[in-house]
Amino acid sequence: MSALPFATQLLHVLAAGLLLLSFAMLTQRRTRRLVVLLAWQGAVLTASTLLIAATAHLPHLYWSAALTLTVKVGLLPWLLLRLVRRLGVERDSEPLVNVPTLMLVGLALVIFAFGLAQPISALATTVTRQTLGIALAVILLAFLMLIARRTAVTQVIGFLALENGLFFAATSTTYGMPMVIELGIALDVLVGVFVFGIFFFQIREQFDSLDLQHLEALKED
Amino acid sequence: MELLLVLGFPLLGAVLLAFAGAHRRAPELNVAASLATLLAAAALVLRVIRTGPMTVAQEQFFIDPFNVFLIALTAFVGFTTALFSRPYMRIEEHHGRVNAQRLRLYHSMYQLFMAAMLVALATNNMGLLWVAMEAATLSTVLLVSLYRTRASIEAAWKYFILCGVGIALALFGTILLYFAAEGLLGGEGMRALLWTHLDAVKGRLEPTVIGLAFVFLLVGYGTKVGLAPLHNWLPDAHAEGPTPVSAVLSGLLLNVALYAVVRCKILAEGAIHSALPGRMLMGFGLLSTLLAVFFLWRQRDIKRLFAYSSIEHMGIVTFAFGMGGPLANFAALLHMTVHSLTKSAIFFAAGHAAQTAGTQRMDGIRGLLAVSPTIGWGLMLGALAILGLPPFGVFASEYLILTTAMREHPWATPVLIVALGVAFAAIFRRVQPMVFGDTDARPLPHSPALLPVFAHIAMVLVLGLYMPPALADWYRLAARLIG
Repeated sequence: MSALPFATQLLHVLAAGLLLLSFAMLTQRRTRRLVVLLAWQGAVLTASTLLIAATAHLPHLYWSAALTLTVKVGLLPWLLLRLVRRLGVERDSEPLVNVPTLMLVGLALVIFAFGLAQPISALATTVTRQTLGIALAVILLAFLMLIARRTAVTQVIGFLALENGLFFAATSTTYGMPMVIELGIALDVLVGVFVFGIFFFQIREQFDSLDLQHLEALKED
Repeated sequence: MELLLVLGFPLLGAVLLAFAGAHRRAPELNVAASLATLLAAAALVLRVIRTGPMTVAQEQFFIDPFNVFLIALTAFVGFTTALFSRPYMRIEEHHGRVNAQRLRLYHSMYQLFMAAMLVALATNNMGLLWVAMEAATLSTVLLVSLYRTRASIEAAWKYFILCGVGIALALFGTILLYFAAEGLLGGEGMRALLWTHLDAVKGRLEPTVIGLAFVFLLVGYGTKVGLAPLHNWLPDAHAEGPTPVSAVLSGLLLNVALYAVVRCKILAEGAIHSALPGRMLMGFGLLSTLLAVFFLWRQRDIKRLFAYSSIEHMGIVTFAFGMGGPLANFAALLHMTVHSLTKSAIFFAAGHAAQTAGTQRMDGIRGLLAVSPTIGWGLMLGALAILGLPPFGVFASEYLILTTAMREHPWATPVLIVALGVAFAAIFRRVQPMVFGDTDARPLPHSPALLPVFAHIAMVLVLGLYMPPALADWYRLAARLIG
């Protein structure tokens, strides 16, 4: 049991890294770098899953880590980068309104997340009990990104960051969901990104831009 | 075995239609796959009536009176919608709105959507339920954007993002649920996600965790039910997609999402030992009903009008489930049935009405009775039925819900009565000029399929006049399960 505190500390470092990456994504203007940040989030997730697998001796989590590595570090960023290149928006930077306000709201969300997770963390028996707050914070920050962003590609990246937060929540509170469910979720996410990809082209064909401000025709009259 | 067929036929249909969906006979194949599903569902119902609840495939699937009734309803409306979509999509092709390739996508996704909904209804595994709900979302997103117009792409994007985020919240709720149950049921295998096992130990689940999980699950699946304030996607998706899709979205998908909410509510109520989950459902239900009625007044598009009416009725059903107790649950189940039958019938008639007039704007649709009496009467009768006029079934269920509310929560009755009254005026003043009056529109190039419309309305009428005792028993059993 003497190895546990060190592993826990390492895990906390990884969790903090995940949170920092979320903040970095919140204020990153360039689409291409945003994809790279998303891949980094996936890499941190893989590392934390491996660490939990090793400390808790859970073989199925190794599979789960492998799945994360292939889907979240390999496949999805590759798909997104290819899309971004084909759409010709890789150098696009979108004007972000009011970065300081965004950061402050983000901070408030983190505090809220920790407050909400407190009573639950106290019940967890896993080595990762303190990290639920961070997972929830990552989820809420991804939400904020979804709301604050204006282009289709960045909204999708926000959506995937949300998925990352959910995955971290699953591993940190319960040592991961059963394998079949994880596979199903990964499949859904993958199909979702394909559908999103189809959409990008449809949106651009119809609106000549990926800026979602053009998508405001359907209002209540 | 029957269950395997129920889930297998639509999947098989999806695969076949993915290859043959552009064929001239594809609509007939679509009907055949739906009919096969319906027959298998009927066999499943007979089996459950004879032998009682059962679990299949290492408890991954679970059939009890509550979900078998929804499976039967889903298979039935899926079949009649396929019947309706046959001439409807041919006319759309004739008008040049879709080409053969889009039709292939349409037919394949239609069957995939049916399969996803049936899995969501039949599964015992809360994780699989989530996966199936997400799959249902993804397949319908492509259906909503089928016409590739600006408006339809915008509607589909909104649907995708809102429901995607909603369903992500539901996943977080599911994770919390698993976390709460893992200690009791063990992390090995999937027992901690199986609803039957969760239900058995619900009294000992940690209340704080379950409370939080329920909030996430309610908001998440509630987005798909179309509960306010997360209902924004619903009118757009209904108005911009092809009409058969509006019919199945309104008539079936909302029911399936509500089914998920009710399953979660049963667990939450048992764990928290208080009526709080029910109260939350009541609050969301009333808010949705009121908000929808308010928006009903301002609609100019025929499909948007009835989409808001769906939000209203889902609000009423949610409110009834929130009240709980055998009578309110009975009424809620009945209302679910009659709403999905009536609303899909209305969408069938409204779709053909819009095709005849060449527009979905209601001030452009005039004199339906003069062009095509069947479409006109279909729309009129459907509207009267959904507005809760006796002797239709909607009247019976709304009456039951109102009287139960009067007895148990008197404060809510005035709200409900005002909502129903306003909805009546808002819809009737729009439908009346569409049906009567003069027009110069010409009849449709293919004869419309109105058999489904009148079959649905006839069933709603029968349910209002005389409820077969076997059906009543069945509802009562299901209502008792929900508690």
